[in-house]
Amino acid sequence: MNPLAAIGRTFLAFLASTGRMALFAGLGIFHCIVPPWYPRLVLRQIMDIGYFSLPVVGLTAVFTGMVLALQSYTGFSRFEAEGAIASIVVLSVTRELGPVLAGLMVAGRVGAAIAAEIGTMRVTEQIDALTTLSTNPFKYLVAPRLIAATVTLPLLVLVADIIGVMGGYVVSIHKLGFNPTSYLANTFDILEVMDVVSGLVKAAVFGFLIALMGCYHGYHSKRGAQGVGQATTYAVVSGSILILTFNYIVTEMFFSR
Amino acid sequence: MSSEHAKIHVRGLKKSFGRKTVLDGIDFDVAKGESLVIIGGSGSGKSVTIKCVLGLIQPDAGVIEIDGEKATSLSGRERDQLMAKFGMLFQGGALFDSMTVWENVAFRLIQERSHSRKQAREAAIETLGMVGLGGDVADLLPSEVSGGMMKRVALARAIAARPDIIFFDEPTTGLDPITADVINDLIVSVREKLGLTTVSITHDMASVRKIADRVAMIHQGQFIWTGSVGDIDNSGSEYVDQFIHGRAEGPITMDIRKP
Ligand SMILES: Nc1ncnc2c1ncn2[C@@H]1O[C@H](COP(=O)(O)OP(=O)(O)OP(=O)(O)O)[C@@H](O)[C@H]1O
Ligand SMILES: [Mg+2]
Repeated sequence: MNPLAAIGRTFLAFLASTGRMALFAGLGIFHCIVPPWYPRLVLRQIMDIGYFSLPVVGLTAVFTGMVLALQSYTGFSRFEAEGAIASIVVLSVTRELGPVLAGLMVAGRVGAAIAAEIGTMRVTEQIDALTTLSTNPFKYLVAPRLIAATVTLPLLVLVADIIGVMGGYVVSIHKLGFNPTSYLANTFDILEVMDVVSGLVKAAVFGFLIALMGCYHGYHSKRGAQGVGQATTYAVVSGSILILTFNYIVTEMFFSR
Repeated sequence: MSSEHAKIHVRGLKKSFGRKTVLDGIDFDVAKGESLVIIGGSGSGKSVTIKCVLGLIQPDAGVIEIDGEKATSLSGRERDQLMAKFGMLFQGGALFDSMTVWENVAFRLIQERSHSRKQAREAAIETLGMVGLGGDVADLLPSEVSGGMMKRVALARAIAARPDIIFFDEPTTGLDPITADVINDLIVSVREKLGLTTVSITHDMASVRKIADRVAMIHQGQFIWTGSVGDIDNSGSEYVDQFIHGRAEGPITMDIRKP
């Protein structure tokens, strides 16, 4: 299959279903707010989404911080502005790279898993079975995942921020020979609460979007194994696109004034 | 039979998927305590018919009444209440594969919070006993039991909350003749024990003769013949004759190209 054609088709399908997605999101939020709730299911999802994503997100963050320090050194040493490296690392990580990279990694890992699980339940009529057992699938399947992802991603990103900055620190001290005390001083001088908060707000939005796409595409999965595979692909692709789109929107909301 | 007394009353049920008309005016009634069996070729719309009655598929047109009350376009809560009257055995079992067998069977009891987990487990094991399964399967996952046991677990889940009406979608398909007969006996016995009204779908004539009071044959979106099970051998319908004798030649043509 031609990959460009596949992207185009995915994008068109994405546009065509935007309305239904918005409706789905509205319904999802409604069922997050209105009882009955399923706290046990939320907790289990938090474990699945958060705890088991830690290694992936941590590794992504540490290497990102390290490479940031290295690359900005190559650039800034020409202008003898090595002192800027600490601020480059901490600002890029907290404002952009932490949330976006963690979001993309989690979209691949969790968005796909959610779509596959719910898609399989759709295809094997387990979702219909829920309904016949007087249990609303939106409350039982969708709402816990939306809540868990929205709560968990900020925590993951907070960890990613810390690990990312540490990665930059390690490279700067041990490879580039910076003074630890002044590097840390530079880091905390430049960092403002808003930098971290904006990153965490992004993370919450991304978490919601990832779970939403996973649930939506799983829920509307076509029949057969192929249908589930397709749902998984759509969940990851549309989740990633939405992350990048909303990254711009949230950034503008925070920093354009 | 007047419609007030019918447990299930369906008139003019229509459903199309895209341009494909699957149901084209289905009419039937099922009286309390009666067992209706729907037969018909693959893809003729049997599953769609009962999913419409259950409200899992929204019909395009038609009247569906349960106990004399309208069952179409209900609110969420009304639908939940109606669902409490129903049990459904899905064609593929549809057991929740993240839960153990007993949690599947007791799902409704746990969700309604009418039972503690311990009580729910005991109730589940009792219901498993009714379908001939011992307590030793209770803690297995659905992926760990055989196809025949899966059907029995699904049957147990369908009857666990003691519904009034049960739908069986191909309860014996894919089972060996002996296990199939065991399942048929189970259906007859739980029906008698719990005084249920049932609607079943099957391809299996042995099953039809065993569990049916009345038989309806669906073809091209309509019930072309309905009659009591005793009349099925002299139905006077070529369609029914062809179906029960499993002949390729006859008025029913499958969409299979001849070589
Ligand atoms: N959700 C759906 N979307 C689109 N088409 C559907 C859907 N559900 C059923 N159909 C179509 O409706 C027709 C009837 O399906 P149904 O599942 O009722 O057949 P059936 O009589 O139960 O057959 P079988 O004996 O093989 O189970 C089929 O052609 C099927 O492709
Ligand atoms: Mg079917």
